[in-house]
Amino acid sequence: MTYYNEMYEGSRVREPYARLSQWVETMPADFRQMKQAEAEALFRRIGITFAVYGEGGDPDRLIPFDMMPRVFEQAEWRRLERGIKQRARALNAFLRDVYGRAEIVRAGRIPARLIYQNEAYEKAVVGVVPPRGVYSHIIGIDLVRTAKDEFYVLEDNCRTPSGVSYMLENREIMMRMFPGLFRANRIEPVDQYPDLLRRTLESVAPAKCHDRPTCVILTPGHFNSAYYEHSFLANLMGVELVEGADLFVDGEFVYMRTTQGPRRVDVIYRRIDDPFLDPLCFRPDSLLGVPGLMDVYRSGGVSICSAPGAGVADDKAIYTFVPEMVRFYLGEEPLLQNVQTWTLWKDDDYRYVMENLADLVVKEVHGSGGYGMLVGPKSTKAEIEAFRAKIETDPGNYIAQPTLALSTCPTFVAEGLAPRHVDLRPYCLCGDRIELVPGGLTRVALREGSLVVNSSQGGGVKDTWVLSE
Amino acid sequence: MLSRTAANLFWMGRHLERADTAARLLDVGQRITLLPNTASGYQNEWNSLLQASGSADLFAEKYGEISQENIEEFIFFDRQNPSSVMSCIEKAREAGRIVRTALTSQVWDALNVAYQDLRRIERTPRDTLHTASLTDVTTSHTSTVRGAINATQLRNDGWHFMNLGYGLERADATARLLDVKYYVLLPRIEFVGSGLDTYQWQVILRALSAHRAYHWAYGGDITAGRVADFLILNGESPRSLITSLYEAVWNLEGLAKRYGDTVPTNARDKAREVLTRLQAHDIDMIFDEGLHEFLTWFITEIGTISGLVHEDYLLGGS
Repeated sequence: MTYYNEMYEGSRVREPYARLSQWVETMPADFRQMKQAEAEALFRRIGITFAVYGEGGDPDRLIPFDMMPRVFEQAEWRRLERGIKQRARALNAFLRDVYGRAEIVRAGRIPARLIYQNEAYEKAVVGVVPPRGVYSHIIGIDLVRTAKDEFYVLEDNCRTPSGVSYMLENREIMMRMFPGLFRANRIEPVDQYPDLLRRTLESVAPAKCHDRPTCVILTPGHFNSAYYEHSFLANLMGVELVEGADLFVDGEFVYMRTTQGPRRVDVIYRRIDDPFLDPLCFRPDSLLGVPGLMDVYRSGGVSICSAPGAGVADDKAIYTFVPEMVRFYLGEEPLLQNVQTWTLWKDDDYRYVMENLADLVVKEVHGSGGYGMLVGPKSTKAEIEAFRAKIETDPGNYIAQPTLALSTCPTFVAEGLAPRHVDLRPYCLCGDRIELVPGGLTRVALREGSLVVNSSQGGGVKDTWVLSE
Repeated sequence: MLSRTAANLFWMGRHLERADTAARLLDVGQRITLLPNTASGYQNEWNSLLQASGSADLFAEKYGEISQENIEEFIFFDRQNPSSVMSCIEKAREAGRIVRTALTSQVWDALNVAYQDLRRIERTPRDTLHTASLTDVTTSHTSTVRGAINATQLRNDGWHFMNLGYGLERADATARLLDVKYYVLLPRIEFVGSGLDTYQWQVILRALSAHRAYHWAYGGDITAGRVADFLILNGESPRSLITSLYEAVWNLEGLAKRYGDTVPTNARDKAREVLTRLQAHDIDMIFDEGLHEFLTWFITEIGTISGLVHEDYLLGGS
């Protein structure tokens, strides 16, 4: 298999990387090592760690940071941006529809079973239309590239996509360590993201809110692995970071406990999952949520971002229908391609996948984080057979995709630069407007040949540049 | 400000000050081990210091023998000792991590660097460590955090809560260290005015990093009356009861002014009252009343004020 290398075409350096190439060539090896150590010290010092409690060892792990940036030129980015925004519009239209009249089901475009039997479908919010009809306010769309103009969507994240703090901090650290690079290259900024996020949240305040809306971020607490990100965003947005116990419901509103008594909360950017939001409505044993929150939400006293139930749009089974949503709701042709996907509950697909396991990637429908998947070409015969047995017990729980020739980006390894596979997660904001900062989180599989970029599986991160014209 | 945020800032201040106290205690402990063990005198001193910090039983149970290694382990590293430097810095850093949005990046940075540095020291083989440097490292880190707070934090309610924590903890620590004299002296009244007595007062001054300041303030010999005056009633002494309480009152006044009439001010009223009573004392009155009885009264009042802070501000009006 040949892979698209984003920096080199044969031995020629592609245009967007021209200046970076000089930078690398003139960099002495000991300087590089010094800078790498400096970057790590900065991350640890600022506290950008990925806290993993309960597994022993260092509770504060660092996600490996690669200093070699990934670069997009303006025209490439424009195309991606249009595709991402289109997809975000379609996903929200779909959510509005399935909690309303479900026209797309009536029209026979999506099987009813996939929606109404989906665990993420919340019957508790049927008929509730959130402000501006937006259910998913921050959509992280995972993209991979296979050729110069070929991008595929790997998955959509409509609930609470994480990682945006890395996008911001990677940039911050690169600017701090290599200011010269930023003077020599014209790179679009990303640091407006927190302001845009705040504006997005304020724009979906409930109708009952008459003053400037009070927004908060709801975190499961400081033992959560993404706690750093929660506090980082709250800080940059200038909003309170609350835990469930800081909030309470009184009458038709939600309040937070402050040193000056109760204060009303209008918009909650929650970083906890639906089942934990409200013990009176969902899991009764949840201590993370706020009793009575859903009643206030349903009567329009508070906005919850993303709206409860938004997860039904980012299921791996629903994923295959997103291009259909674009056509159905927007009357447009999808600008971003889906990866061809075989759904194993269909007989034809099942037969094909079982005959070609060695060439395919098989994923659990509800799995995430790179767990519970088979990468056929990278697996031994025994591993494949073991996975085959798992599939046979519950075919409906799996989908399969071809092994994509993920593009590579030069990455610093012990010997110097070497190509490593990358993906991209841009963060699309949906409120009164749909906005996207030029950039995103590039994850890189640091192990040679590996196609799995998840941080739990040895993945790292890179700064992602969009060059201005 | 969220009540939980305020509570964490308050306790962050308290734990930082407590770490500082522990580091000073370590310094004193190590000095005691350098002296010849005469007639149970110096060893007793150490025991009474532990008594004052409320951890004598834990030490006796876990370590028994007073040696430099044991003291170091207990006061600096031991996480089972809730007042060890490591425990306190860890708790302060955890509180800071929870309320990062209320801290400037400089304050968080200083706090996090302190924690990371102590963790590094924790992994260092013990025989390569010097007790003196452990004390220095701790006080240097706590000073950096304090400096960052003073230089960069907004003078808002969060600032008041942090400094309130510092003030109340410092008042409590000084009172407890002074109370050591009760444990040491009462059974052996013949020591009063002897060389040993003077040394014990010196130990107290040293534990509060105040022995040089004392000489600047009073000059001449160390006497019980002057040391007690310096640590209780002298408004110039940075760790005296009156200075620490005054700072607590000042911060409570700040909160009361900022929050207006709608928020209760029981903590402020109580702190004012205690301060007034303290100001009405002179050192002879205190000795007549009994130093131990006086300090017991004071420590109880500090506990009451701390409880009222909780009721007034940290429950969120619900």
